[in-house]
Amino acid sequence: MRNSFLAQNPSMLWFIALLAVFTIAVTLLSEVTGVGLISTSFVKTLGKTLCLCLVAIAMDVVWGYCGILSLGHFAFFGIGGYAIGMWLMYARTEGIVLDSLAGQPIPPTPAEISDAIGNQIFGVVGSSEFPMIWAFADNLFVQLVMVVLVPGLLALVFGWLAFRSRVTGVYLSILTQAMTLALALYLFQNDSGLRGNNGLSGLQNIPGFEETSQATISILFFLASAVALAAGYVFFAWIVSGKMGSVVKGIRDNEARVRFLGYHVESYKLFIFTTTAVVAGIAGALYYPQAGIINPGEIAPIASIYLAVWVAIGGRGRLYGAVIGATFVSLLSSWFTGGGAPDINLGFYTVQWTDWWLVLLGLSFVVVTLFFPKGIGGAFDYLVRKPS
Amino acid sequence: MKMKTSALAMAVMLGTTAIAAAECADPIKVGVLHSLSGTMAISETTLKDTMELLIENQNAAGGLLDCQIEAVVVDPASDWPLFAEKARELLTVNEVDVIFGSWTSVSRKSALPVLEELNGLMFYPVQYEGEESSRNVFYTGAAPNQQAIPATDYFLEELGVEKFALLGTDYVYPRTTNNILESYLIDKGIAKEDIFVNYTPFGHSDWATIVADVVALGADGKQVGVISTINGDANIGFYKELAAAGVSADDIPVVAFSVGEEELSGLDTSDLVGHLAAWNYFQSAESEANDAWVAAWKAKMGEDRVTNDPMEAHYIGFNMWVNAVKDAGTTDVDAVREAMYGQEFPNLTGGTAVMLPNHHLAKPVLIGEITAEGQFDIVSQTAEVPGDAWTDFLPDSAILTSDWKGLGCGMYNTQTETCVQLTSNY
Amino acid sequence: MLRLLSLAVSFWLFLCTALQAQSLQDILQTHADEVQKPSRNSVGVVLDDLVASGLPQVVPFLEGWRDREIVQRSPDGQFFRLIEEGDVARLEDLDSGEMIEADAGAFKDLRPNGGVRRAIGNALVQFQLSDPDIAKRRAAVDAIARSMDVSQLGPLQASVEGETDAELLKKKQRLAGMLVATFGETPEARIEAIDALSGDLSVDVRAVLNTVLATTTKVGVAIPEGVNLAETLEVGADLSADEAYARLVEAELAPAPVTPAQIRAALVANIEGDTVGGVAVSALGSDVARAQAYDRLAATGSVAARVPDANKAEAVADHVFYLEYAEPDPAITDAAREALNDIESRVALSQTVDLGLDALSLASIYFLAAIGLAITFGVMGVINMAHGEFIMMGAYTGFVVQQFVPDYTLSIIIALPLAFAVTFGAGVAMERLVIRHLYHRPLETLLATFGISIALQQLAKNIFGTQARPLTSPEWLDGALVFNDVIAISYIRIAIFVLAVLFLILILFVLKRTRLGLEVRAVTQNPGMAASMGINPDRINMLTFGLGSGIAGIAGVAIGLYAKVTSEMGADYIVQSFMTVVVGGVGNVWGTLAGASLIGFLQKGIEWLNPSNTLAAQTYMILFIILFIQFRPKGIVALKGRAAAD
Repeated sequence: MRNSFLAQNPSMLWFIALLAVFTIAVTLLSEVTGVGLISTSFVKTLGKTLCLCLVAIAMDVVWGYCGILSLGHFAFFGIGGYAIGMWLMYARTEGIVLDSLAGQPIPPTPAEISDAIGNQIFGVVGSSEFPMIWAFADNLFVQLVMVVLVPGLLALVFGWLAFRSRVTGVYLSILTQAMTLALALYLFQNDSGLRGNNGLSGLQNIPGFEETSQATISILFFLASAVALAAGYVFFAWIVSGKMGSVVKGIRDNEARVRFLGYHVESYKLFIFTTTAVVAGIAGALYYPQAGIINPGEIAPIASIYLAVWVAIGGRGRLYGAVIGATFVSLLSSWFTGGGAPDINLGFYTVQWTDWWLVLLGLSFVVVTLFFPKGIGGAFDYLVRKPS
Repeated sequence: MKMKTSALAMAVMLGTTAIAAAECADPIKVGVLHSLSGTMAISETTLKDTMELLIENQNAAGGLLDCQIEAVVVDPASDWPLFAEKARELLTVNEVDVIFGSWTSVSRKSALPVLEELNGLMFYPVQYEGEESSRNVFYTGAAPNQQAIPATDYFLEELGVEKFALLGTDYVYPRTTNNILESYLIDKGIAKEDIFVNYTPFGHSDWATIVADVVALGADGKQVGVISTINGDANIGFYKELAAAGVSADDIPVVAFSVGEEELSGLDTSDLVGHLAAWNYFQSAESEANDAWVAAWKAKMGEDRVTNDPMEAHYIGFNMWVNAVKDAGTTDVDAVREAMYGQEFPNLTGGTAVMLPNHHLAKPVLIGEITAEGQFDIVSQTAEVPGDAWTDFLPDSAILTSDWKGLGCGMYNTQTETCVQLTSNY
Repeated sequence: MLRLLSLAVSFWLFLCTALQAQSLQDILQTHADEVQKPSRNSVGVVLDDLVASGLPQVVPFLEGWRDREIVQRSPDGQFFRLIEEGDVARLEDLDSGEMIEADAGAFKDLRPNGGVRRAIGNALVQFQLSDPDIAKRRAAVDAIARSMDVSQLGPLQASVEGETDAELLKKKQRLAGMLVATFGETPEARIEAIDALSGDLSVDVRAVLNTVLATTTKVGVAIPEGVNLAETLEVGADLSADEAYARLVEAELAPAPVTPAQIRAALVANIEGDTVGGVAVSALGSDVARAQAYDRLAATGSVAARVPDANKAEAVADHVFYLEYAEPDPAITDAAREALNDIESRVALSQTVDLGLDALSLASIYFLAAIGLAITFGVMGVINMAHGEFIMMGAYTGFVVQQFVPDYTLSIIIALPLAFAVTFGAGVAMERLVIRHLYHRPLETLLATFGISIALQQLAKNIFGTQARPLTSPEWLDGALVFNDVIAISYIRIAIFVLAVLFLILILFVLKRTRLGLEVRAVTQNPGMAASMGINPDRINMLTFGLGSGIAGIAGVAIGLYAKVTSEMGADYIVQSFMTVVVGGVGNVWGTLAGASLIGFLQKGIEWLNPSNTLAAQTYMILFIILFIQFRPKGIVALKGRAAAD
């Protein structure tokens, strides 16, 4: 069994090896070892990119393997970020509040502590009351469970309702997009209890690690992201190989036929939808402490569409395709919008890439879908494997 | 002969630049952290141009500490996490001496932890909701008591408004400002039932019902006034619907805190005439400094461009920073910060802006009526109002004060006489 | 005595002549500061003096002051009227009317604010009520309506008789009625006036009645005799026990409760060594311990005792809370209450109708935005994420046309077909170049068109900038159709509604009654069969897609007229539009109509339930739609039979 799993996935070993080499190289060249060739801000960018690769793999499984074009997986990613962000904010603020209250002539009551924390966190939205959803924010373990549980449950309920009613194809896509929009709009309200448009911020300051430099913290998160990506890759490679993988791919190619063969299609779809949502949540929980801030704009419908685009450009139906797509497009994006690309002077008009990058990106989707339906990964296959 | 002289002149020139370069051991770098793409680009690009103009002028006047100032412009692309990333890049990779940047509160709060961690210095030029005072940020825009409170006073005293509709876009600035105003109005004896609050999403366009609700507020015989913290594009639909409902500024005056010259430029303002805006600066302010500034701006950017309040904030902030660096003799952040306190600089509306130890400015508050040309008729101008980091009108923050010079703390609890924290709430 | 009297008379005469001799400029100079920077509360003194002077030039001066024509000459502070003819500015002497040449910069504009202008308007009322100029009479009536005052009643009633204009006469009579209802001398006159007001739904009539019915909250052991009682307040129902107790404290009928903050402060103030009132300081980290320590302190008399909850409840139970009318005469308040109740029930009905109209208008906007999509997505099954950008292109076409054609009516007439042509072309190009290759891969159509969408959006930003651009409606679309004082709908919304209906008819006609429609239906139901019948499916698909896109362009002009033109306006409508089509039922124009109506009315309904948060309304609406689709996946109007196959 083990043998056949590896035999089916020669690319997996390659991927893990490459990732390991890359991770070690970055760590050695970072500011932590004193070499400093790679700045802390770039380590953070790389760490975040690894998290994006992880969620892209999940997207690839749900779309490229199972044929469900979900335009809502970035919402699960965001929920993961919010869940961990709540603890990060609460614990950091609690530390500050306890320090400042320690100097008081009489010890504070629990209500006073909670008021002070609430005021610190929600003062910015003009409130000091703790909303219900913050009930467990003081407990890292519970919030970590939330990272997995909330996206999982949401995906389970949503998927159960949708698959049960046989909502498929583009309808499902639009429905998932509506779900994302509803969630983003909900979070945008200040009444949501998650600080509205402000979101949760200061997440890069990890409670308990106040004395540790950001250089070290960024490397730790980078390593954690790499491990999570490797684990996610192996996990999904295992799922899509074997019998389960065959059924899932069968559903993608002809759902009715698989159903007539006696498989309970809805359960398979639900399983894939929920599992990928959970992985997306975990990726988000690793991403946002590196980004430092999460706000509802992050889970606007456009983000989920970009996710699909990464997978499409990278190449659907192959896990490394998703990784290539996410890395390639997100790094290229930040290079172009960050002013890294030189402007092109046409004499009568200067092409500034900050303005024209989105046009280029948009048109490249069209080109990829029209002419390279297998994406970059497909071209890669072509080179490596020589078509038979 | 001729060639000789020019060669000589060349040599002299080279010599002088060499000397200047020798004296200028450490080039002075100013980071500009304003979005040049994305949704905020329209507002923030103007501020980037403002910074470039200010730096050009300063360089033409001989630079600073014998060095030319170099602007390092980056684009955080209206993406809030990118503000943190770019701020880190500016401070560690480009090693800038100071940053001028941010527009939205959330972008400032995104950059704050980085600024505090790396002890950077940022000047923030936009009106905001207050409730913050970071050691590493100078707030040159208006705090609520420099914009919202005086405008409300104007409504109460000059227009006799007895019933208030607080309309805002649903984000932090309107939320906090309206909270402050609500408790201020209740202090002033306005009943809670006479305050109507409504929040709409960004870019809201369906205003018919809300306008009808506002008009219906007048049913109990009280004069109604609207305090608008509606942001950006949504204003257009709002004023259109007001005009369609036949409501003029004489019936229900609207005072806006986010509508300035830039927002009005290129719009048909006939529906808006007579409505009000409150700022610390209007292009129509009458002073020689302002005439010169507007002329310089138009010369650089074109005749049809306008100036606005955040531009003046950068104008004051940059000049104060230059003077503080001259006083300190270095661009070292801690030394400059010390030198900033008490810095005075003439503002463009006449009078003098003073940097207070709570990192806010003392500035006059102006109220203008919108004219058909998209400019403002200034109908009220106060004396300089000192910016208040922590509002006096919310019980939780009334007890807080900020004094970085005397107390060395931006969040000092006056009741317990302790410093709550040295870093900020993000 | 006689001497004294004659002295007084001569003094009075002297005073009169002195006043007569005074020029307007003199009066203004005595109040120069106040004229320069007037304030609503203090301008009255100047106005009183001006009016009292009786000078004929006062009225034109006040009009000029209100209209911001008065300037102050810089060197000597004299006031003049500024007369601008083209580029030439001249100053007119306020008393003599003499013209003086003026240099720009030699004078300062006076800018009385809105409140002061209103005060000036009020001062002018008595002069203008019978003015031969109807515009001035109208202004005077408006000024009274804005701030009613007892002093205006006399002049107003006097001016009613001479009024020649029928409409203005009605206004004056109505206004006089409102003034009598508030300030009338005899109760009979007031009651009569109040009765006459009932049935008038306007905001100002309601304002008058509410003023008559103004109440104050009172508290006492019992309700005193002779009070014009409005309402007795039930504790628990009308006000909470805490509020009731707070009122008692305010009326000094009960001791103030001790707040946690006061307890804390008292404890801190009374720390002795390690204990407070015998309780260890370190143990004070709970409310119970603090209360205990405080009670011990209270027992020693050093602090005020806490008020037990039982005492509070008792105090509240022992008192009556009630509302008392400010107006002492019950007959008047009863009449006003009756009139107001009558008006309010009608207002509620009208408000429901108004809300219905708003919902109808919102539905027609959604319908207009979605109808193009109903064709491309609903009929052809093509997911076009760039549909919103076609709406945007239409709107920008309108904007560009207005740059070249200044006449708004003409420009709209040009813009509508031009927007159709532009987006029709764009749609055809997109169909030819992209969509044609992806007919069997719907999910990939979604991605490709999304790519086009972000490219178009960014392109629009690069060309037109990110700022909103104006699309100004012609004057005849300004204003609103007013049914009564509550029900009103702006003409622009009516125009959008009409446009939506026109398109509904047009599309139904095209699909059901024309050759093209027949072919479209044939191709969508069975392309192979249609082709073998001699229909060219390529051509039909291209035309259908062009038609859907073209309609989006026209919708763009309409939406731009009512809201704004930005590069992101399309994105605002795209998700909503898809949901409209899906909820309504794909493949059916009636379904889209049903979907738009459902969404429009639902959104307004939720907004009505929670008027302070429009964002929540949108969130709940989307949630409702998600659930709705789960239970009715085929939408409201589901197709049956073969056409319904996916």
